[in-house]
Amino acid sequence: MSLRLYAIGYLIFLYLPILLLPLFAFNDSTIIAFPLDGFTFRWFVELWDTPALHDAVRNSIYIAVLTAIFSTLLGICAARAAAKYEFPLKRSIMGLIMVPLVLPEIIVGVSLLVVVVQLLQWELSTWTVVGAHVLICTPFSIAILNGAFQNMDTSLEEAAQDLGETPFSTFRLVTLPLVMPGIISSLLISFTISLDEFIIAFFLTGAEPTMPVYIWGLLRFPQKLPAVMALGTILVVLSILLLMVAEYYRRRGLARAGLKDKGGFL
Amino acid sequence: MAGALFSGQTRSGLLLVSPPFLYAIALLAVPLGAIVLFSFWTQDYLTLVTTPTLDNYREAYIEPLYGLLLRRSLMISAAVTAATVVLAFPIAYFVSFHVRPERKSLWLFLITIPFWTSYLIRVFLWKVILGFNGVLNSGLSGLGLIDEPLTFILYNANAVVITLAHAFAPFAILPIFVALERIDRSLIEAGRDLGETKIMTFWRVTLPLAMPGVVAAVLIVFIPTIGDYVTPRLVGGPNGLMIANMIQTQFLKLNNAPMGAALAVIAMLSVSFIALLFVWANRRFLRVKQ
Repeated sequence: MSLRLYAIGYLIFLYLPILLLPLFAFNDSTIIAFPLDGFTFRWFVELWDTPALHDAVRNSIYIAVLTAIFSTLLGICAARAAAKYEFPLKRSIMGLIMVPLVLPEIIVGVSLLVVVVQLLQWELSTWTVVGAHVLICTPFSIAILNGAFQNMDTSLEEAAQDLGETPFSTFRLVTLPLVMPGIISSLLISFTISLDEFIIAFFLTGAEPTMPVYIWGLLRFPQKLPAVMALGTILVVLSILLLMVAEYYRRRGLARAGLKDKGGFL
Repeated sequence: MAGALFSGQTRSGLLLVSPPFLYAIALLAVPLGAIVLFSFWTQDYLTLVTTPTLDNYREAYIEPLYGLLLRRSLMISAAVTAATVVLAFPIAYFVSFHVRPERKSLWLFLITIPFWTSYLIRVFLWKVILGFNGVLNSGLSGLGLIDEPLTFILYNANAVVITLAHAFAPFAILPIFVALERIDRSLIEAGRDLGETKIMTFWRVTLPLAMPGVVAAVLIVFIPTIGDYVTPRLVGGPNGLMIANMIQTQFLKLNNAPMGAALAVIAMLSVSFIALLFVWANRRFLRVKQ
């Protein structure tokens, strides 16, 4: 019983910052502190009237969509290879691909910065951010897709091949529909990670900032903070919606494989 | 050639894994090699001197600021890891042992949601919570528990520890939860049947069996926290800055990439060394218990 109380207290600790966001977003005062001053929509209107923010959001969505597609494609390759085949150095190869999961993000950021700017002497651009985000999102895609591929009944594929389908049409007609929920879940999670990623993007972003880099700039100006709270509120609502959809598909994937749900994304 | 060496299955596997593998080589292994290489070069204003030298490492050793930042970063990371894992274990235990099976994924979902939402703004809000006129202080003084605002909770290392422990919570909970789920419940019943108390059963059966999860949690929290520069910058104040802030400054402000690279290598080596030491110590701990 006391353990349950502790768990509830812990959830409050986890949700405390998120719960404060809407309070300050609708608060009619430029100071982010209690007591609250009354209700207003003006910070949301201010967001609507800031073209630089719209550019940053557009840029971030573009990066996040590309990241989601590429990391899911790479994740499909790796998860499929790990589930179906044995090959030499399998553990080392999979280990290397999963390393970004534990590597400090600043290391990924500076090492790519050195290669791109100093060694190759390319310009930083949207693509350098995409490259790094695909690297850090692929392990998450693999973790999600592993579930989908490893739980798949391989006799279904064998049956399709026995009935005369080519390996490619088997993949398209049998395998893909079975793992589709995992793929959708992976796309949404990669999208969410990329959209929110700051540490690496700060090093690798070019002339056009991503949304977190733009927010970072705003944090220095006290008069901009209420608008940041409003933006944060919108982002929290949107990412919770995205995650709920991702979770729905992940569970559907497990159900399709005839399995009991054993837990979260990781 | 490859056909003679490998069977068809092996070849298909290698072919399939090669896109993500080559991607990791090109964007991870090669850049990490480049960082190490860079750390042996030097920057002379705008030109990069590519004669190999240990100058950066020597400077990192001599200049007290670097040593101070590194020691502080390792202390903060260790404190964050300890706080996160100790606070997380009861939650993982609760969800694994006391929550009904069909509701477990709901709990895990609730625990992971805050982790996916706007990292920068979350860190910033801790500044609002912990500040002089912040949520915590006005709440406590409103309840009459304190007369003057608490000042030891913002713009120092404590604030960094609290904020990072919040940010990394799910990273610690999930591996411990997975390890606890794998424990065969009949082992715990056996411990109880053989006359152990509840606490001794936990200490001699549950905890050793959960240890792989705890180790994974420690590593997955300890290693990445050393690389965070946002939290120290926003809530750390001057005495809460960490080595990652210095690495960032060397690269982006001082334009001294080789020195930044050397500091990055030193930070990585220190963290890896401590992580390996921990894994080794844990093996000893488990062996003693057997």
